[in-house]
Amino acid sequence: MTVRTSLMVTCLGDALYPQVGVAAVKVLEALGVEVDFPPGQVCCGQPAFNSGYRDEARAAACAYLKAFSASEHVVSISGSCAAMVRRHYPVLFEGRPEEAEARALAARTWEFSQFLIDVRGVNELPARHDARVTFHHSCHTRRLLGVVEQPERLLGMVRGLEYVPLPRAEECCGFGGTFAVKMPVISSSLVDDKVDHVLETGADELLGLDMSCLMNIGGRLSRRDSGVRVRHLAEVLAEGWGR
Amino acid sequence: MRRPVDSPRAAAAPTARASGVRPWRAPAADTPRTRFDAVARATVADRPLHEWLDNYQAVQQGWHKWAHDDLGEAEAWRDTVAAVRRHTLAHLDRYLAEFAANVERAGGHVFFAADAEEAREYVAGVARRKGVRRVVKAKSMVSEEIGLDAALAATGAEVTETDLGAYIAQLAGERPYHITGPAVHMRLPRIREILSRAAGEELPEEPDALAGSARRTLRDRFLTADLGVSGANFGVASTGTVVLVTNEGNGRMTTTLPWTHVVVMGMERLVPDWRSLEPLLVMLPRAGTGERITSYVSAITGPRREGDADGPEELHVVIVDNGRSRILGTKYQPVLQCIRCGSCADFCPVYRTMGGHAYDSVYTGPIGAVLAPLLDGLEGRGHLPFASTLCGACDDACPARVPLSDLLLELRADVAAGAAGPSPDASAAPSTVPASGAESTMWAFGFKGFAAVATRRRLWDAALCVASGLRPILGSARGRDAGRHAASRLETAASGRSRLLRGPGVVRAWTDARDLPLPAPASFARLWRRRPRAGSPTSSGPGQKGR
Repeated sequence: MTVRTSLMVTCLGDALYPQVGVAAVKVLEALGVEVDFPPGQVCCGQPAFNSGYRDEARAAACAYLKAFSASEHVVSISGSCAAMVRRHYPVLFEGRPEEAEARALAARTWEFSQFLIDVRGVNELPARHDARVTFHHSCHTRRLLGVVEQPERLLGMVRGLEYVPLPRAEECCGFGGTFAVKMPVISSSLVDDKVDHVLETGADELLGLDMSCLMNIGGRLSRRDSGVRVRHLAEVLAEGWGR
Repeated sequence: MRRPVDSPRAAAAPTARASGVRPWRAPAADTPRTRFDAVARATVADRPLHEWLDNYQAVQQGWHKWAHDDLGEAEAWRDTVAAVRRHTLAHLDRYLAEFAANVERAGGHVFFAADAEEAREYVAGVARRKGVRRVVKAKSMVSEEIGLDAALAATGAEVTETDLGAYIAQLAGERPYHITGPAVHMRLPRIREILSRAAGEELPEEPDALAGSARRTLRDRFLTADLGVSGANFGVASTGTVVLVTNEGNGRMTTTLPWTHVVVMGMERLVPDWRSLEPLLVMLPRAGTGERITSYVSAITGPRREGDADGPEELHVVIVDNGRSRILGTKYQPVLQCIRCGSCADFCPVYRTMGGHAYDSVYTGPIGAVLAPLLDGLEGRGHLPFASTLCGACDDACPARVPLSDLLLELRADVAAGAAGPSPDASAAPSTVPASGAESTMWAFGFKGFAAVATRRRLWDAALCVASGLRPILGSARGRDAGRHAASRLETAASGRSRLLRGPGVVRAWTDARDLPLPAPASFARLWRRRPRAGSPTSSGPGQKGR
């Protein structure tokens, strides 16, 4: 049976990291998943929700509900955006006419690695990637979605890849959405700590499942001229597919 | 006092940390927010302190994990603790009445204080009536909350904190840095300086010698005090018993040696009975200090009875509301589940980075970011709920399942609503006041724009088009040195990817420390539209709604 899914590319992915969406589509299609892209999606509303602007978050979320209303599954390239839908939409629409729809969308929204392992049941990948990599477990992916083992299992399926676990992997990178610009001094110090740990691993690449955290860590790695490449797991899988 | 920090965290960073932070300029106005920023900035800039706090958290987290693994089924224990706390709060009126009646039956006096002033006056009244000259205190957060020390000092009494950490903080004139570790930020040289000054002699820089000096001073105070003040970790309603959990023995000295013992406790600190106390006694030390049980667990029912070897002649229990009953019945009620273990701070990366004094409150760490605005009002506290990345480490650590991240989100919503005008929402923060200021106006305006764009794909597409059109303009001043004075600076990295080294406006807060990628030449949506299709060229799949 064909599995069909819609891609949730997220505002950040759409504007800054289109290559991640492209890679995710390539991997999903290679796994026999039929992918579509409902164009009505812009942003899940998380920036507004996390800043306390519930009405504005709800407006954005309503557009999402509409955009994905006919989707069988929704796969997000960002763990925190998937968590926004899964964890916070039911709260955001509690007692409102859209509540049932919000709960239904929450139940069929997945983070990329979660979809591959939990829905698609992937247990082998024809992918190769010759690099020493470490991995950032984003907080919302790990704590709100409970996605901990899925990415490591996927990494284990990639030939040639040397995986070095990140020290204090469970610790936040300091991004926190608007926190990064509202309290930049604290945020910068946190990302410096994270970068120290990335560099400790001696990895060539830092992989992750959430472009917002990766934008933060990558931005600091780049400012410190580290040379460590920062990429979404989907990019690595797409690049090494069939090799 | 916490466990000594004894195992240094792993090696230093392989490359130097670059300082990407703008030099600090004196703030235009002295406000709670500018004070917050100044403390956070100073903490971040103090590298030895940064490493010290980093190390304390690593050690503490290690003990926390050990204590939970050792216990087994920690999640089930957490559920039980949360269930006890929720049940107690749901029937707090009943348990308060039962507790008060049983304290009185055992011969104690009970006073319900509606606010800090009533509590202070009652305790000061006891001190005056008894002609108290020396007061010893066992660490009590609520006595800090109500400012009891100053009120007792005003009666002419000498007040001494007897928890070693609290004693050091008191001598230094500092607020507690951490709920269970008041002086957790202080390193040996500073402690030596403080204790040497108190002792009137140069003490050696050795923990044993320093603790020995404090012990000699405190022993004298215990033996000569007329009044002992303690908090209460728990009050057992069924017997009117006050339960204290301590490690240094100072709690027992404070509550048995002086003639009068005053307990100051928050009104939510009850448990129904001894059976429901058990899970709390199991989890409090494991979460708080990472140990199976504290050195002392004291259970005090009434004053000294005939035949008792020791104990006070008079026992007063002051039950403090001070804003708590306003929280009951609102969406914030779960904050009262807290059992004051401090483990949320032990796991909070923001706490570690900005330091405990940034909260400018008795309550620090994530619980402080929630509780301080709820107890004191959002005015001057509205920035605290934003001092979190919402990473959820505190939620995982909390033994009582206080939903800290969710409560922070609720407070943020109340702050945002305050910026837009007073909220008619009855479940809003008990004392919501407009969080005024240009910054909140800017964000309110910004999110209006956000909603407009997020609901209109075409507007978003247009914005992306404009943004990618700006690339050559942003790129006109290339290189790190060129355009140093321009609003924006950009360079093309060796990888061929452009990065923004300095952005305009709020973006600059980002680019002060981090590069920012430029908008892609073509958005994903654009790439998708150009995509060759196997089936119908116009089909965009089932999700398209013709927007």
